[in-house]
This record gives sequence, structure tokens and C-alpha cells, in this order.
Amino acid sequence: MMPMLKSTISFLLVLMATAIGNAQAALTIEIVGGAAQQIPIAVVPFAQPTVQPENLATIINADLRRSGLFRALETRGVTNQPHDLAEVKYPEWAALQAQALVIGKVELQANNRLKVSFRLLDVLKQNSLAGLEYDITPAQLRSTAHKIADVIYEKMTGEKGVFDTRITYIVKQGNRFQLQVADADGGNPQTVLASTEPIISPSWSPDGNKLAYVSFEKKKPVIFVQSLVTGQRQVLANFKGNNSAPSWSPDGSRLAIVLTYGANSQVYLINADGTGLQQLSHSNAIDTEPEWSPDGKWVYFTSDRGGSPQIYRMSTLGGDAQRVTFEGTYNVSPHFSPDGKLLTYIRREAGRFRVAQQELSTGQAQLLSESAQDESPSFAPNGKMILYATNLNGKGVLSIVSADGRTKQRLSESGGDVREPSWGPWMK
Amino acid sequence: MNKSLVMSVVLVSLLAACSSKPVKEEPKAAVEDKSPVAAQTAPAQAASSTDATTAAVSQPAGAVNPLTDPNNILSKRNVFFDFDKDEVKAEYRPLVEAHAKYLIANPNAKVAVQGNADDRGSREYNLALGQRRAAAVKKVLNVYGASDKQIETVSYGEEKPRCSEQAESCWSQNRRADFVYAGE
Repeated sequence: MMPMLKSTISFLLVLMATAIGNAQAALTIEIVGGAAQQIPIAVVPFAQPTVQPENLATIINADLRRSGLFRALETRGVTNQPHDLAEVKYPEWAALQAQALVIGKVELQANNRLKVSFRLLDVLKQNSLAGLEYDITPAQLRSTAHKIADVIYEKMTGEKGVFDTRITYIVKQGNRFQLQVADADGGNPQTVLASTEPIISPSWSPDGNKLAYVSFEKKKPVIFVQSLVTGQRQVLANFKGNNSAPSWSPDGSRLAIVLTYGANSQVYLINADGTGLQQLSHSNAIDTEPEWSPDGKWVYFTSDRGGSPQIYRMSTLGGDAQRVTFEGTYNVSPHFSPDGKLLTYIRREAGRFRVAQQELSTGQAQLLSESAQDESPSFAPNGKMILYATNLNGKGVLSIVSADGRTKQRLSESGGDVREPSWGPWMK
Repeated sequence: MNKSLVMSVVLVSLLAACSSKPVKEEPKAAVEDKSPVAAQTAPAQAASSTDATTAAVSQPAGAVNPLTDPNNILSKRNVFFDFDKDEVKAEYRPLVEAHAKYLIANPNAKVAVQGNADDRGSREYNLALGQRRAAAVKKVLNVYGASDKQIETVSYGEEKPRCSEQAESCWSQNRRADFVYAGE
């Protein structure tokens, strides 16, 4: 099921932490495997003012490699180092067997702004596939590199890229819990909330501007919603018992949450402003981990009503639940692909907890990860990769697996356990 | 999970006993914190024993506190569970019964039953499982005559492990419900 091409790519890439005023250790990325057919691409180091710490080509190359779909070629041995179209000598790049060539530069402008320009070139046809200019502030340099990588990815694969998106996760260091948001490559980590009590279950609002999460700071699980723009936060749900597992509706107006008035957790719907609470599930079993379907019509959730935890779905209008997973005795933590066609979740099999992916039209499922303690899987906004938490040598790390199971990345942090990841949406 | 988690001094939270109706405990937007980092929570030992609802268990001066006397069964506070189960096993019934009798004899005493789970599988499912374990213990307390008013259930899921190695010997210690009395 998973032909790993371990020989294809295996390297370590240590990212520079660029966050200002953030003493976080950098996330380290390790990549294993890759697609059978990789696009050979050469990204020439950009002409940049020397004060800038990272060359954009380094970030672009790393992004393309991580997708598993590209083979980034070493460009240092090539005499031709163009930054403008007129300087390109195609035969030298054809000799390197590059299919595509990326060139670009960063120029200082007045009022401390930068002009970034690049071109994506077809080496065989000797023509331009894309070319864009960005007028940015110095702080936007990194995200601009991700945007360029997204353009290249889309032109070469036909799929929209996710390099310029963000992930959230929780880092536990000793007794300190930090809710963080970082670039999809783990760069630029920012702490959203720090606490001495656990934080779990961060969930992105559909516009990517807010996080709902569960904090134990009141000595019990309470749901908060926090703006990533202003940092302001407010209690969404602090009812008797546990308040947990927030999931946003696709239009951002409501959330599905879990409350415990009795022994059993049940799914409720609540408006994003904390009003209009209504109970959705009514069972004598655990109903938890609600996940709103992208079409807004269903809430998928984990329930042990059949004796073991399985995934079910209910109309958001109520009614009977229908079972969704049938293989295995433990299927939990459902999350949708953005197109609503795939569901990823965690399956326990022979004592191992692994990432599964199920096609909803056929019900066919396959296991994507080969580890043993995987948790909280979520799709990238283009549905091509799944981010999840796992355990490596007793330490919590993040992993990303391509939806075809061929390419894996690991993001770990030297200082602590990383867990509860969730991949954010495309920003509008 | 190689770092052992120091168990914080547990605070018996000041919830009223379980009710079956949704009651919002505080208005929304109770916390408005512009600086996310300032939202750090206080250390866990801030239990307020002056609160009227958490009156400390009265003891005659000089008497041994039965709750902490190692020769008393009441000093035992843990009920352990099987994987993905919430059944209170027969071997723990005498322990739960003793706590029920203590609550009956000390009507001012309040106890929090805190449910926990091992760290395998989903955190949210484990939170739900911890709640059900706490509720299962409460139900047995009720069977032995203890009043709802003195019992509160709460779940920490897999977030407060007492042991953090990846082995059954450790997991079995984390699948538990703890009795924590108000004022402790």
C-alpha cells in the first residue's frame, strides 16, 4: 500500500526561526520518501540585499521538496546564475536536466519597502510559465517566498499550493503549555496562549482569523475563542461539566461543541457569539469530536454507542445517526478534506494508532502512517497532505503524510512535546 | 512524552453538583485579554478553603484525620480501570463504599471525583472516557447512599498522567478516578 522511496530523499533541513521576540527553538523538518515521478526543478539563488538573512530560493526549494513532487537540483555548479530573463542561458539548465527554472530578485525601494520579482521558465520550450512582482514590507519576505512556491506548485502540478498557509499546535515544555501558530513549514512560530494548565483541541475558524480551543486554566475544560488578529479572547462555553471539542461550521456562524451534563459527552451546537445553545446528539454513549462537513449539512463525530468508538454522522437538523466507519474496533478523530470527499481519522489496529483515510463515496479506507501513536489528523487546504501528531522516541512530534502515503515529513522541536496540530485554511 | 509530569496540587473546583439542565455559569466574554501571554494561569494550589461551599472537613483537635491516616482505607484515593472501560471493578467497591460512608457521616464534606485516561488514542475521546469513569464512581457512591450535593465529577482526560512511560504498567496507573476532598 505504501511504497516508500526511502532512497529518493532523506535529509535534514534546519529552519531558521525568524520570529521576533520569540525564544522558541526552531522546528526541525525531516523528509522521507517522495512521489515516483518528481519534477526536476532548479531555483537559482535570488539577487537580494545582503542584509537579508535567508535567500528566498532556500525557502522555495524547501517548500517544493516537502511536497514530495519536486526534485530540487543543486545550482551551484552551473556557470549561468541569472536573475533576469535576458541573462538566462537555457542550454546550461537543459544540461542539468532541469525541466523548470526559477529566477528572481529582491530590490530595495523607497519608504523601506521591497520589490520581489520572479519568473518560472520551461527549460525545454524556453518560455515563461509565470512571472509576478510583489510590493512588500521586509516582514513579508518569508510569506512571499511561500507565495512564489505556491505559484510554481500550481503551474507545475495543476493543484493549488499550501505553502503560504499556517498550522497550529500545542507545545508542552515541562509544566508549560503553549498554543502556537506557525507557517506550514514550521517557521515563524508565534505563541497565541501560554498556560500552566493543559490546552487541547485548537480549531481554525473558516476565515483563518480565529482559533477555538479548550483550556484547563479554570481547573476544568472550558472552550475559548481567540482572535489571531487582535489577540482578544472570550469564553465560548463554560457550562457545568466539561466543555470541549470545538468545530466551526463552514460559514463560521456556529460551532459544534461537546458538553457533559451527565456521564456521557454529547454534541451541542452553539452560535459563535456563545448564544443559542442546542443539543444535537441524544445518546446513552460517548458522543464527541464533532466535525462539520464542508457542505454544512452534517456533523460527523466519534461515538461508542455500538460498543467501541466509531465514527457516525448526523444531520445538523438532528435525527438519527448513521455509522460511517466499519473496519476495526477503534476509529476516532474524524476530519474532512476541504472538498468533502475524504475523511481522515485515527484507527487502532493491533494496538497501534494510525492515520486512516476514507473515501466517503465508496467507504474504502486505507492506512497512511506506519507509526503507533498517531493523533489528531487534519487535511491541508488542498487535500493533498495530512498533518498529524505522533510519538518518536518518547517525544511528541508532528508528521505530515501525502494523501497517497508516499511522502512523509516530520516536524519536531528540541525543547518539548508537540501535539494537537491542525492545518489552517487558505487566507482570503 | 518522556518528561514526567509533576502532578499539580489538585484544586477542588467550585462547581455545584451535577445538574441535568444546561445552565450557563458565566456570561460570555468574561475574559478579555489583549495580551495572550498574560493569560497565564495561576499556580494550581490556590484552593480557597474560606469559601463557604468548600468548608473543610471538621475534625476534633488532635484527632488523626481518617482521610490521611495511612491505616485508614480512606487514605486510598484511586480507582483503576481497564482499557476503554468505565466499570468500577469489584475490588474497588469497598474503597468507594468507605468514601460514601465518610460523606454520609460528614455532611459538610465535598469530594471531587476526577476521571483520567491513559494517553493512547484521541485526547477528546479520552476526556469523555475520564468523565464517564468519574460518573461511574459517583454512581457507586450514590448507591451506597452518598448525596449528589457532596459529589462533583470532572475529567482531566489524558492531561494529568501520574506516569508517562509507554508501557501497560504505566498506562494502567493513568486509567483511574481520584477522590479529592475540598480543602485538600
